[in-house]
Amino acid sequence: MNESISSGSEVGRDAIPRQYLSFLLEDEAYAVDILRVREIRVWEHVTPIPNTAAFIKGVINLRGTLVPIIDLRERFGLDPRPYGPRTVVLVLVVADAGQERTMGLVVDGVSNVCTLAPDLISPPPDFGGAVHAEFITGLATLEGRMLILLDSDRLLNLAEIYAVGQVQQQANLDASPPPPSGEGD
Amino acid sequence: MAKILTVDDSRSIRQMVSLTLRTAGYDVVEAADGVEALEYASRNSVDLAIIDVNMPRLDGIALTRKLRELANWRFTPILILTTESSQERKQEGRAAGATGWIVKPFDPDSLLATIRKVMR
Amino acid sequence: MTIDPRQFHQVFFEESFEGLEAMEQALLTATPGQVEAETINAIFRVAHTIKGGAATFGFERIAALAHRLETLLDQMRAGKRLLDEPAIELLLGGVDLIRAMIEGARQGIGIDDEAQVGYISRLEQAIKGEAISPTPLPSAVTARPEPAPKAPAPGWRIRFRPDPSILAHGNDVVLMFRELSGLGDFQVKADLSALPSLPELEVERCYLAWQAELRGAVERRAVEEVFEWVADESELEILPIQGRGLPQPAAPVTDEAVPSGAGEAVPAVAVPKAATLQEAVRRVAAEPGGSIRVSIEKVDALVDLVGELVITQSMLSRLKGAVVGELGERLVAGLNQLERHTRNLQDSVLGMRMLPIAFVFNRFPRMVRDLAAGLGKQVVLEVQGESTEIDKTVMEAIGDPLMHLVRNAIDHGLEQPQERRSAGKPAAGRLSLSARHRSGSIYVEVRDDGRGIDPAKILDAARAKGLLSGDAPVDAEAALNLLFHPGFSTAAEVSDISGRGVGLDVVNRNVRALGGSVGISSDLGRGTLFTLRLPLTLAILDGQLVQVGGSNYILPLEAIVETIRLEPARLSSLAHWLELYLLRDDYIPVIHLARLFQCREAACERPLVVIVGYEGHRVGLVVEQLLHQQQVVIKSLESNFWKVEGISAATILGDGTVGLILDISGLIQIAGRVLGETTGWRPHRTASSEARP
Repeated sequence: MNESISSGSEVGRDAIPRQYLSFLLEDEAYAVDILRVREIRVWEHVTPIPNTAAFIKGVINLRGTLVPIIDLRERFGLDPRPYGPRTVVLVLVVADAGQERTMGLVVDGVSNVCTLAPDLISPPPDFGGAVHAEFITGLATLEGRMLILLDSDRLLNLAEIYAVGQVQQQANLDASPPPPSGEGD
Repeated sequence: MAKILTVDDSRSIRQMVSLTLRTAGYDVVEAADGVEALEYASRNSVDLAIIDVNMPRLDGIALTRKLRELANWRFTPILILTTESSQERKQEGRAAGATGWIVKPFDPDSLLATIRKVMR
Repeated sequence: MTIDPRQFHQVFFEESFEGLEAMEQALLTATPGQVEAETINAIFRVAHTIKGGAATFGFERIAALAHRLETLLDQMRAGKRLLDEPAIELLLGGVDLIRAMIEGARQGIGIDDEAQVGYISRLEQAIKGEAISPTPLPSAVTARPEPAPKAPAPGWRIRFRPDPSILAHGNDVVLMFRELSGLGDFQVKADLSALPSLPELEVERCYLAWQAELRGAVERRAVEEVFEWVADESELEILPIQGRGLPQPAAPVTDEAVPSGAGEAVPAVAVPKAATLQEAVRRVAAEPGGSIRVSIEKVDALVDLVGELVITQSMLSRLKGAVVGELGERLVAGLNQLERHTRNLQDSVLGMRMLPIAFVFNRFPRMVRDLAAGLGKQVVLEVQGESTEIDKTVMEAIGDPLMHLVRNAIDHGLEQPQERRSAGKPAAGRLSLSARHRSGSIYVEVRDDGRGIDPAKILDAARAKGLLSGDAPVDAEAALNLLFHPGFSTAAEVSDISGRGVGLDVVNRNVRALGGSVGISSDLGRGTLFTLRLPLTLAILDGQLVQVGGSNYILPLEAIVETIRLEPARLSSLAHWLELYLLRDDYIPVIHLARLFQCREAACERPLVVIVGYEGHRVGLVVEQLLHQQQVVIKSLESNFWKVEGISAATILGDGTVGLILDISGLIQIAGRVLGETTGWRPHRTASSEARP
């Protein structure tokens, strides 16, 4: 099994080609391990969760399970786009602090499923695009186009989401403070 | 498949007997005491019964006696399970109509070896 | 070998714990010296079952101890000894020791040898006290056959004439011969000499005798074992063959040379796959008495599914007006039926999580007895309502708080007999535990008729601790409630003065975590009463849907005191989302939920204020609209998210969307915190603020 690890690459831990689901965000192509994808849904009504950052859109009912929904564009500070019929929610099952967690990710659109052999994947760059470099596990070229592979566990780490949310909320509060206390409204 | 009735008020012993027998390919019916067993026996026949002596409601000796009164149970092998290795208890069992006895503690292997003595 | 007895250990442990509990109950309720035979029998059977199991599963020391208890109980069964007070004490000690040993075995740790040795010698003395020596212990080692030494004889000559009744015992001569032929070269000849003439012949009797030769290296013991069950009623002769042509034995053949081990040929058994084994274990896990053990996860999965069904059903019921005519009527009839069945199904499924509170109460007779004895006090325990059913999760969580309250009552509440007598009370203190079900909650009471608690002393202590400032009058109830304050109970010297208070904050916290509450009332010199209000279940909630910021939220119905229209003139602002509202003659804090939750505030002409109460505190919640009331299935938001302030859980509403459940006690705390920061206000209890029961 080890013989086909491409030299110099730390990405190809085994030679078995894996499947990825690719999707679009700000006209860039990203992909996550398809084994993490529980299902793909069209955008639907979400119930907002109080006192959370704007990129946490709310929570939906997925056959009895409560699934929080994160907007990936807003998570990385891109301008919000109005949700349309092409807007999809990827429901991912991620490992977080030793347990499984189900979360939804709003992306601009899904492109397709692709199979990548490990030797086609090159190590992650030092810089990121819309998504910061620390969430990228590797890069691949598919049909002449660059595909950015994401670490979904890292991307949907609850502690990290919480921390980022706090910072964003604070920034919003500073930008537009609520009416000061004591004044009638 | 040969069918065996196991009667014991101890869940753990009953499970061990039962699983051991099932693993060896027997069909097993469980009863938790004498009354339950008698109720079943009055409507069903089996190829062997393994009965604990000490049980609430109806003990193993009394159960054996009652089983032997049933027409379909006259020749069915009945083994009694007893912790007492005393001759007295065994004789009591024999007198009630038991085919033989198994002395507790026993392990799964010796149980299987013993029941092969009475199963065709 | 193929079947490892260890897989049954867990069942053995559980069964033993259950048995010990039954034994303990029987001993505790027994009237010394006048115990009924059936009770002694029941106790005996527990010891007997544990002995059998322990020996079978290789727990020799447990088996040995159980055997001694059994011996003692056997003496009682035979009427040779009375089950009197000392004997009950001794047997209870045995229950404890076996329980500890089994617990030790379960966790793979040994337990204190000295305790065992000391107890066993006491037991031995008791047994010998009646001059009856114990029967020798069955050795647990016989569970493993010892390796058989080489057989000393070239073979055996067997003569066998069974009792004619042998067939009626289910014994089968053919099978015995089959077994013998498995041991060596076996030849048999029937002896028909005893066969009667045909008219006299009874078909169910056996008239035959046999002469046989078994050649090979076979132990005498192995041959004897084949005939073990019938030997006593049969003529049986087993003699060594003195023939030629076979190798001579290396040692002289004597009966004494036969080893006494239970050596037996062990036939091979097919190795089962692990999966089938587990499956089989699961299949046989059925319990007697028509009940089965199901994991709580499975029940909860069922609760979830039924919750989904309820939602589907309520979505369908919207179609009621959609079809007209005869078809429409049939649809309505069918939907009504579906609704009824769904509700019944939900009730049944939720009922599966319910257990009688006796499971918790049962541990107290023993504890009370031991504690009272240790303190030299006399206590009569009364238990009422033990069949009241309560959610399993709630039950597991209230065990410790209840234990704490009971211990406190005996330790601090009830007086010494002498002190009681001089106060004109009966020498024996009364402690009562009761449970009842009232309007969607379970009320559990722990009441004692002891010395009671002096509110004045509590106030002094609280002031000394800085928990209370100023000399403002505090009513007795508020003073007693200070006992639940965390700062109070950590002060050791305070507990000495008040006689109470140690760990009451923990009791309070645990019960509140369940969505319940603890109340206290005390009558100085006459006793103290603790009341625990607990939710009937943690799985469902009667909810009032309200609209806040355009979204639907659920308020627990039982928290709502009243709903009024908001009159802006009665508001005085404190903070962005918090105001004071003049309700009749009283100012109460009012939370603008939409502002607190930072949702865009929906334009609302006539907002409402829902007054909610919890633990005697009141706040008003400003909402846009009151919607319908509905029973909702509670789901944790935290399985995929974090705890959100002001939200206790979530549910799935009739249209399939998620609704968040408001956390009343959390909201009151938030309001109290902000109020405290801005005005120094503390949530306090007022007589008119009691939540709807």
